[in-house]
Amino acid sequence: MNYFKSDLASLHADLVAKKISSKELTQATFDNIKATDPKISAFLHLNEDQALAQAEKIDQAGISDDQPLAGIPLAFKDNLVTKDEPTTAGSKILENFKPVYDATVVQKLNAAKMVAVGKTNLDEFAMGGSTENSAFKTTKNAWDQTKVPGGSSGGSAAAVASGMVPAALGSDTGGSIRQPAAFNGVVGMKPTYGRVSRWGLIAFGSSLDEIGTMTRGVKDNATMLSAIAGHDAHDLTTSTQPVPNFAADLTAATNVKGLRIGLPKEFLAEGVNDDVKQAILAAADTYRKLGATVDEVSLPHNKYGVAAYYIISSSEASSNLQRFDGIRYGYRANDVKSLDDVYVKSRSEGFGPEVKRRIMLGTFSLSAGFYDAYFLKAAKVRTVILNDFKAILKDHDFILGPVAPTTAYNIGSEVTDPMTMYMNDILTIPVNLAGLPGLSLPAGFSQGLPIGMQLIGRPFDESTLYKAGYVFEQNTEFHNQIPTLGGQN
Amino acid sequence: MNFETTIGLEVHVELKTNSKIFSPSPVEYGDEPNANTNVIDWGYPGVLPSTNKGVVADGIIAALALHATVEQNTHFDRKNYFYPDNPKAYQITQADKPIGHDGWIEIDVDGKKKKVGIAEMHIEEDAGKNTHERDHSYVDLNRQGTPLIEIVSKPDIASPAEAYAYLEALRQRIQFTGISDVKMEEGSMRVDVNISVRPVGQDKFGTKTELKNLNSFTYVKRGLEYEEKRQQQVLMSGGSVRQETRRFDEKTGETILMRVKEGSDDYRYFPEPDLPALQISDDWIKELDAAMPEMPTDRRKRYVSDLGLTDYDAMVITQTKEMSDFFNRMVDLKADPKMAANYLQGDVNAYLNDNQVDLSQTDLTPENLAGMINLISDGTISTKMAKKVFKAVTKGEEPKAYVEEHGLVQLSDPAKLQPIIDDVLDQNPQSIEDYNNGKKRAVGYLVGQIMKQTHGQANPQVVNKLLMAALTH
Amino acid sequence: MANRINREQVKHVAELAKLEFTDDQLDALTPQLDDIIGLFESLGEVDTTNVEPTSSVTDQLNVMRDDVAEDWGQSHALLKNAPDAARGYIKVPTIIDESED
Repeated sequence: MNYFKSDLASLHADLVAKKISSKELTQATFDNIKATDPKISAFLHLNEDQALAQAEKIDQAGISDDQPLAGIPLAFKDNLVTKDEPTTAGSKILENFKPVYDATVVQKLNAAKMVAVGKTNLDEFAMGGSTENSAFKTTKNAWDQTKVPGGSSGGSAAAVASGMVPAALGSDTGGSIRQPAAFNGVVGMKPTYGRVSRWGLIAFGSSLDEIGTMTRGVKDNATMLSAIAGHDAHDLTTSTQPVPNFAADLTAATNVKGLRIGLPKEFLAEGVNDDVKQAILAAADTYRKLGATVDEVSLPHNKYGVAAYYIISSSEASSNLQRFDGIRYGYRANDVKSLDDVYVKSRSEGFGPEVKRRIMLGTFSLSAGFYDAYFLKAAKVRTVILNDFKAILKDHDFILGPVAPTTAYNIGSEVTDPMTMYMNDILTIPVNLAGLPGLSLPAGFSQGLPIGMQLIGRPFDESTLYKAGYVFEQNTEFHNQIPTLGGQN
Repeated sequence: MNFETTIGLEVHVELKTNSKIFSPSPVEYGDEPNANTNVIDWGYPGVLPSTNKGVVADGIIAALALHATVEQNTHFDRKNYFYPDNPKAYQITQADKPIGHDGWIEIDVDGKKKKVGIAEMHIEEDAGKNTHERDHSYVDLNRQGTPLIEIVSKPDIASPAEAYAYLEALRQRIQFTGISDVKMEEGSMRVDVNISVRPVGQDKFGTKTELKNLNSFTYVKRGLEYEEKRQQQVLMSGGSVRQETRRFDEKTGETILMRVKEGSDDYRYFPEPDLPALQISDDWIKELDAAMPEMPTDRRKRYVSDLGLTDYDAMVITQTKEMSDFFNRMVDLKADPKMAANYLQGDVNAYLNDNQVDLSQTDLTPENLAGMINLISDGTISTKMAKKVFKAVTKGEEPKAYVEEHGLVQLSDPAKLQPIIDDVLDQNPQSIEDYNNGKKRAVGYLVGQIMKQTHGQANPQVVNKLLMAALTH
Repeated sequence: MANRINREQVKHVAELAKLEFTDDQLDALTPQLDDIIGLFESLGEVDTTNVEPTSSVTDQLNVMRDDVAEDWGQSHALLKNAPDAARGYIKVPTIIDESED
């Protein structure tokens, strides 16, 4: 069993041809996780018994041609609620919490007969870019275990990159899918806001949060997105736009001829590591050679994205996280004498330092006397940034840039310095503010660590991003490189 | 020193919908604690609200009924505060763009009419309920998410009597729309009150106090009366009114200090990102307006000018929509309006009070009551017989059938009555003599004898006429 | 460093958020928040005259649910998850404030 050489289509073909059963595949997955995860620490919980039982049932029912995902294992980021299975959001306040319902994406993949093997680590409530803010464990980069896996979907990214699962779901509020995908050399899609239902995603910044897919290849990613996307009556912000069969568009004939690509000069500015810059310029050349045009464009207000984002996301988070109050579920502090004790002690003991910092920032930004200067101002700057993107995408099919200014950094190097940590999100944040789709895929290496590039598209035009990503993949070798630690390669 | 009073009323009205405002859980009362709750009502991690269209429609209806402008571009906001009955620790409400604004209603205090302005009305979710026992409190989330409309008055109300009239007028109008039961005793109407006084001529409003525990319109009025005097006395003695919350004591009629307010609460309102904005179309407003029942003020005017009721009768009949609709139907069935109004105010109201029920909970129908009145009007039964018939009508019996079955038909035919009268006169010569000697009392005796002979079924008017004719012959 | 937020304000915000910090934590947190709020203030450089705020980027408008009641049958499981419950109620230490309705 070697996942690195198997994409979803080949696993599906083997399952249909009965070369392997879902139960065997699932068992191999757990064997692999047990061998690999002690070095990576990607998983918070595994549900081996249920997964094997489910796989057996799927085998018994038989897998047909039109069930492309049936019998294939996957992992969920642990901020997606799973009925009767632990869901912690990486927080002590939800330690031992078992939801009583499934997220819409979980329901959809269950219906597609995928086999959920477990829940992956994340920064507490998805707040962070290194997965070091998890209350439970520190996940390691699949390529170098002294480096962070990125975050907040670091567990999902590392699990896919190290060959433990072929696909995982993550969530992206300011880069939390794209940046760990880049740090681990895998493909991560943050779809358009409203493309995927947020029902059952533990909310961080409700106007920014989006669930997305993490895989080793572009086509797998496209297959997964088609399976989870679509309007949901439980999430009124989901779009009624039809969901294409994204993977069906990716064939030998797919090309980028005539496409216009914008390369914002601000994305290659100061602060962006030289190797990263060179990789992106090389990618631009690749696209030119393949018949696309690449223009330098400008996102003049890009640098204000970080401030606007941290005000808006923290404000929404401060409100969203108020429900964790020790009353109805989750952690309630011991030794409480009054109602206020229940609130203050449960929350102060249950939340970690980064989450508290964001709650404080958000509460401050919304409080009397400061709302206009902070929250409202940020919401207006959001409009300005949105308009910058609209102007470029009016005559460009997508925007090209790096995902992060650097490759994966050392574990422990930034966790005590929130300001540096926040500035690292400068290239991914504006996409969430504008609600646009963003695809992260491997575009090079620097000192043995993957570099990711980002394609940013028009609303609900994930299709163009997948096509451009697929063509790039067909013409480069980056995605074929695999970490030496993971799997049994 | 002369003072003027300013009263502000915030009225919460619970809407009669099938499901909650942001969750499909049923809106029902009296069930086991937490029975009507789901993950949304509990504010579970990952849940999202979904707006009930019926509640938005009710908001538009309320705005129309209160002569307010419907805000066509509206959205919801979050109001953040921690409380055990508030599961998300925020309430979804409308702070920025309430669904209706700048309305008014007309009140009438001792014949003096006045328009009271309504600043705004907004739709929002209700909280659960906490109950307290010794060292613990208990939370029931059944009420969590029940739709509410909050209606906020402009500072136009100048006396406790006006406050009472405003509440009554508001209750009636809302009740007539059918969107709520608006019953304070059942909690479907709740009133928050604030009051301030200032010396006449002073521009700035005085410091206001808030009153709690006002569980009926009468208590609102009494609490305000007490508080108005108390504030005047504080100012006259050179003191100043503090911004505080006071509790009305039903036994003593006094208001008692609960707590002094320092600064204002910081609810950190911001737009609810989980719900798309609403754009209310002209067509939807038109459609709801067209379906709007006739309001009580319009009905009263019509009852007085077209049907000849007194102002008082018209007012009593329009206390509730059920009563007024019942009356309308009776009039449609050709019942004499005056008599119909009298029955509703008299026997029907007494029956409702005795049994502590609403009209809709009884077996009374406008068809049967109108039928009975028509039997009186055409002389088939006497008003005295009607007492018996009414009892049957309250049990759902058809009056005509009942009258026939029980032989209650009034004897009005002179041809049938004349022989009985002749007979009675023959047997009572003394009475005739007494009558001729000027003892008019004798007539009463003779009528009594005739009624006795007919077992009370003789039509007294006809008997009188025939008897007088016989005596003066 | 400009003093954009002081220790007392931090404590006030913590009260609103139902969080408590030790003195040492406040010593560390106050300058961090001050720094970040300094970053926030850079937004003052952007001219937002006549710019409407964006509070959502959904393409949806006017989405509503019909008024139909559904029983999801979750109340039992929900009560089981409560840290403390009795007789079908969620149990909490006594609420002292009587201001509720």
